[in-house]
Amino acid sequence: MAKLHVSTTINGEPTEFLCEPYETMLDVLRDGLGLTGSKEGCGSGDCGACSITLDNRLVCSCLMLAAEAEGHEINTIEGMAKGENLQPLQQKFLEMAALQCGICTPGMLVAAKSLLEHNPNPTETEVRYWLAGNLCRCTGYDKIVRAVMDTAEEMRGAAQ
Amino acid sequence: MTDIQYVAPNTLDEAVGAFAAAGDDARVLAGGTDLLVQMRSGMVEPGLIVDIKQVAELTSVEETADGGFIVGAAVSGAVLEEHPRFGQVWPGVLEALNLIGSTQVQGRASAGGNLCNGSPAADSVPAMYAAGAIVTVQGPNGSRQMPVEEFPVGPGKTNLAPGEMLVSFTLPPRPPASSDAYLRMIPRTEMDIAVVGVGVSLTLEDGVCTAARVGLGAVAPTVLLVDAAAEALIGSTLDDAALDAAAAACSAACNPIDDKRGTIAYRTKVAGVLLKRTATIAADRAKGA
Ligand SMILES: Cc1cc2nc3c(=O)[nH]c(=O)nc-3n(C[C@H](O)[C@H](O)[C@H](O)COP(=O)(O)OP(=O)(O)OC[C@H]3O[C@@H](n4cnc5c(N)ncnc54)[C@H](O)[C@@H]3O)c2cc1C
Ligand code: FES
Ligand code: FES
Repeated sequence: MAKLHVSTTINGEPTEFLCEPYETMLDVLRDGLGLTGSKEGCGSGDCGACSITLDNRLVCSCLMLAAEAEGHEINTIEGMAKGENLQPLQQKFLEMAALQCGICTPGMLVAAKSLLEHNPNPTETEVRYWLAGNLCRCTGYDKIVRAVMDTAEEMRGAAQ
Repeated sequence: MTDIQYVAPNTLDEAVGAFAAAGDDARVLAGGTDLLVQMRSGMVEPGLIVDIKQVAELTSVEETADGGFIVGAAVSGAVLEEHPRFGQVWPGVLEALNLIGSTQVQGRASAGGNLCNGSPAADSVPAMYAAGAIVTVQGPNGSRQMPVEEFPVGPGKTNLAPGEMLVSFTLPPRPPASSDAYLRMIPRTEMDIAVVGVGVSLTLEDGVCTAARVGLGAVAPTVLLVDAAAEALIGSTLDDAALDAAAAACSAACNPIDDKRGTIAYRTKVAGVLLKRTATIAADRAKGA
């Protein structure tokens, strides 16, 4: 069986790759394209470490076939900082120590960015529910939630 | 897993044609939140995957001229949430679909996949029963329709004939002062499987319930339509006696499994409690509507 040829856009760059029909987007990002920021914690949709956006919608890349990327736009953690300039959530996670081992962090950041794009002024409850599919073994979540709330407030201030 | 093929047809006829031609070996791919997990665990090894998300009928939400809705089988909960009117008319169906999994899962998971996967605990299914949804399926011999409660026939088993796929859910027009609600009981507050799920849809006239349907999930081999509970509500003002009678009917309908997530006694009792809460929410919404 010949591999499938897929044309897509990843972090704004037109990208082409070959994949097996059963390979997930996460497999291709990590093993085919060398974009290893997205992590595999479970491979079954439970942990969120593989979070990406597909046409600006937050999804688990482990639950998406790579072939489904054809003609669509993918954004991963690698597209978040612009060169040396960290995105505000990344900066805030560092300042507020919202990570320890860091395995969940790419997924948390991608998911939190997606939240703030949908809802720039979330309540703590909204943050917790939005991030309920992102598991963290280390932090106890509190620092992550506070970092997201603080970033949201700063970004709202900057937008005024 | 080397012989597997993937196609993403652009029309319904092409999708059904490819799916039917491949026989038993083919699987429909909607959001993939069940299918990819099953493939990874080796539970299913499809020869052909038919991705239905390029097909307009399967991915669109249409409000019909009479005020009904046609929801494509592959529409995700996140897309349905963004519809300007759907959630006003069918808040219970929407909340049920969007209880499924995390934000990430809701970005992909469809009501069609939830129904076709055949879990007795599927969250959107009791709400669809309560709504009185009609499902349209299409196969090599054309299309047919049936009430949604005729679709599941056992755990993981559906009424689909070989080569048939689910196309859409048709929700009927709503009389004034009608609404619906869905509640489930889970051991956690997010990301868990229902121990009991209850969907109620009802219509009020001068405070009297004139129509009701009740769907009950996770307490039998398939989701149940509980007519006796609906009958207890109809003609009442949803007073305590009527709610008690409807709750007793739900408990009586239960034929649950006993497992670490909920014993038989617990599930049976909770089915009644949830019926009361769900009916009360639906009634409050109907009064506000
Ligand atoms: C982390 C996680 C949490 C979850 N939580 C919940 C939960 O809280 N409640 C719940 O009910 N479910 C839950 N699920 C299960 C799953 O997300 C739902 O059942 C979802 O609705 C499936 O929809 P899908 O579009 O992803 O289906 P898919 O995975 O694409 O399909 C499911 C099955 O139906 C078949 N199928 C799909 N569409 C059609 C069609 N149109 N015609 C014929 N066959 C079809 C597929 O071949 C497959 O066998 C969870 C899953 C995950 C990974
Ligand atoms: S690896 Fe995708 S959700 Fe865990
Ligand atoms: S920082 Fe270790 S899992 Fe979250």
